[in-house]
Amino acid sequence: MELLDKLTILADAAKYDAACTSSGARRGHVEGMIGSTSSSIAGCCHTFSADGRCVTLLKVLLSNDCVYDCKYCVNRRSNDVRRTSFTPKELAELTIGFYRRNYIEGLFLSSAVLGSPDRTTELMIRTLSLLRGEYRFNGYIHAKAIPGASPELVYQLGLLADRLSVNIELPSEASLKSLAPNKTKRAILAPMRQIRYGVAESKAELVKYRSAPRFAPAGQSTQLIVGASGESDRHILNLTESLYGQYRLKRVFYSAYVPVVENALLPSLDTKPPLLREHRLYQADWLLRFYGFRACELLDEAQPDFDPRLDPKCCWALRHPEFFPVEVNRADYETLLRVPGVGVVSAKRILVARRTGPLHADDLRKLGVVMKRAQYFLTCSGQLATPLRLSYAGVMANLMAIERAALPAAQFEQLSLFDRVG
Amino acid sequence: MAWREIIYQYDGSFDGLLSCIYESYTQKERPTAIVCDGDAEPCFFEVRTVATVRAHAERVSRSLRRLSPDVIPLLRRVHLTCLPNKEMAIYRFVAKLYREGPRYLTRLSDDAYQPLLRAVHQLSTEVEHLRGFLRFSVFDGMLGAEIEPKNRVLPLLRGHFCDRCYNETFFIYDRTHREALLYANGVSRIVPLESFEIAAPDAEEADYRRLWKRFYDTIAIPERENPKRRMSNMPKRYWGTMTEFQEESAEAPPAAEEARRFRGSGGRLGRGGGRLDHAATV
Repeated sequence: MELLDKLTILADAAKYDAACTSSGARRGHVEGMIGSTSSSIAGCCHTFSADGRCVTLLKVLLSNDCVYDCKYCVNRRSNDVRRTSFTPKELAELTIGFYRRNYIEGLFLSSAVLGSPDRTTELMIRTLSLLRGEYRFNGYIHAKAIPGASPELVYQLGLLADRLSVNIELPSEASLKSLAPNKTKRAILAPMRQIRYGVAESKAELVKYRSAPRFAPAGQSTQLIVGASGESDRHILNLTESLYGQYRLKRVFYSAYVPVVENALLPSLDTKPPLLREHRLYQADWLLRFYGFRACELLDEAQPDFDPRLDPKCCWALRHPEFFPVEVNRADYETLLRVPGVGVVSAKRILVARRTGPLHADDLRKLGVVMKRAQYFLTCSGQLATPLRLSYAGVMANLMAIERAALPAAQFEQLSLFDRVG
Repeated sequence: MAWREIIYQYDGSFDGLLSCIYESYTQKERPTAIVCDGDAEPCFFEVRTVATVRAHAERVSRSLRRLSPDVIPLLRRVHLTCLPNKEMAIYRFVAKLYREGPRYLTRLSDDAYQPLLRAVHQLSTEVEHLRGFLRFSVFDGMLGAEIEPKNRVLPLLRGHFCDRCYNETFFIYDRTHREALLYANGVSRIVPLESFEIAAPDAEEADYRRLWKRFYDTIAIPERENPKRRMSNMPKRYWGTMTEFQEESAEAPPAAEEARRFRGSGGRLGRGGGRLDHAATV
C-alpha cells in the first residue's frame, strides 16, 4: 500500500481523539538533534482543521488492526474497514519530514490493540526508539499507554515520550461493561496510577541528579466521551475533578460522541454530536483549573446538567446573588475571578491599574473586561456599572441574548415561546 | 515646553527614534510628527532630519531605565508594530512618563498608554500565530519560508526558529517589510531584501506537501465542521502562505505568479550584499 493511503487510513482512524497539545515540555535544542520543544509552555498550534480544532501533532495510529470490539469505536474488530500499519521507518521519516517543514510540533502516537496490549506497546517503543535514536528527533512526542500493558513497558514508553495518556473514554464502570467489554476500570486506572507516581519520582530524581532519566516530563492526560452513555454532566465533572486531584492529570479532554455505528446500546446514527454540551464541559474544566471553582459549586443533585443557554460561570453567578455586586476597587483576586466577564488576564490588570487611582466602568473596558456580561455584577467605587437596575429574570434574559448570537441556531429551536425565562 | 511646529525625520531605527526624543528635549521643542526618511510629504512645517547618535539614544534609554527596567523592552516592541503614527504614540507616552514618574506605568487604561499595550498584544499574537502557521519548503537541504505579516515580526521569530532549527540552514522572507532572516551554523542575520523569488519544489518536496494536505483534510471530523471557529482561530490572511490551502495541482509555492527561481537574477540580496545562498552560510 502507498504511504499516502496508509496516512489517510491511519489519520482517519485517529481523528476522534481530542488531545492535540504540545504543552508542558521545555527542552531546548541539542547539538546534532532535530528540533526542540521550547516554543512556549502553552504549546503551539500549527493549523486548524475544518472543524476548528487545533492541529499541533501528527496524530496517527500505528495500526488500526484491532482485536478489541468496543461498540463505539470505528476500529473495532467487527467493523468492515481497510486495515493497515505503519512500519517504524515510514513513520519516523514522515514525522521528520513534517517537523522540519514546520507543519507539526511532534508526533501523537496511538494504536489499535495489535494482538495484545504488550505486543502493541512493544511496537510503539520500537517506533519511538527509532525516531529518537537513529532519526535524532528532539521534538514533542505524545504516546498512548494501552490499558493492560505491563508496567515495565509503560515505563519504557514514558522514557521516550513527553506526555503519556490513557483514555478512559466511558466515564463509568457500567458503560464500560456494556460498550467496551474488553476493557475494565482497573486496567485503565492501573497505568494512570503508575504514570502519576512515575512522573513524581522522576521529578524528584532530577532534583538530585541532572542526568536522571526523564519519565513523561509533560505529565499525562485522558479523554472522556460525552454523549455515548447516559452519565450526567455532574458525574463527568466530579470525575474530572478527582482526576486532576488524585491522578495529577495535566488535562482532561472531552469528545462529543460522533455516531459511527448503529447499535441498540448507542445513540442512533442520525444523532448530532452534542457539541454544545462538550463546550460547556470545557468551560467548566477551565473554571476548575484556573478560576478556583470546585465541581460541587457548579452542579449539584438538584441541577445535574449544565444549562445549554448560559455558560457555567454566569449560571453560578445567577444562583449566588449574595456574592454580588463585587466592588472592583477593593475585591481580592479570587473574588474578581468569580465575576462573569472577568478573566485571569483582566483580573490581574485590574490589580495593577487600581494602584494609581479608582477605576471606572470605562477603564474596565480598556483593561479587557467583557462589560456586557460584567456590568450586572460589578460596582466601581460604589456605583453600579449599569445605569439600570434589573431583576434577576431581566439579567438572565440579557445574558442569554448575548450567548444566543454565538451559538448554533438549532440549539434554540426547541424552546417554545411559552418557556418561562429564569 | 514651547510649541514649535516642526517635523522630525529619522532613519527608522529604534536608536534614531530615541535620538529624536533627545533632540526634542535639548532643543526645547515638541514635534508635530516624527516620520521615517522619505515618508515626509511636502508641507509648510519645518522638517528637520535628526541624525541617529548612539550617545544621545543611550542617554534617553538610561533615563527611561532608571524609571523602570520594563520601559525600553516595551518601546522596542511598540516600534516593531504597525500602529499608525507609532513614533508620535511613543513620544507622547515617554513625555507623560517623564512628567508623572514611574507610577504612570500602572495606569494601564490611560489614553497614551493603552494603545501601545494593545498594539504590542496584537504583535505578540501575530508572532504566536506565525510560529505555528509559517511553512518551510526544503530546497537542497536548506529550509525557506515566506510570510506576509502586518507587524515586523522577524526579530521576535528569530529566537524561536534559531532554537527549533538549530542544526539547519534556513531563511524566512518577510514580503510586507521586504527583509529576510538568514540562519546558518548558529549565526543569524536580518537583512533588507527588495525582491525575492522562491524555487519550484522538487519531487520530494511536492510529495511532502501532498501528504500534509491529505493529513490536513483527513483529520477534520465532517460532522463537526465549523468554518467560523476555524476562521477565528486562524484568520484568512495567513492562508496565502500555508501549504494546506494551496491548489494540489499547482507545482509552485504560494506566490507563484510573481515569484520564480530564487537562484536567478532576482535572488540577490539588497543592501545586505552577496547572493542569498552565499550569505546564508555566513
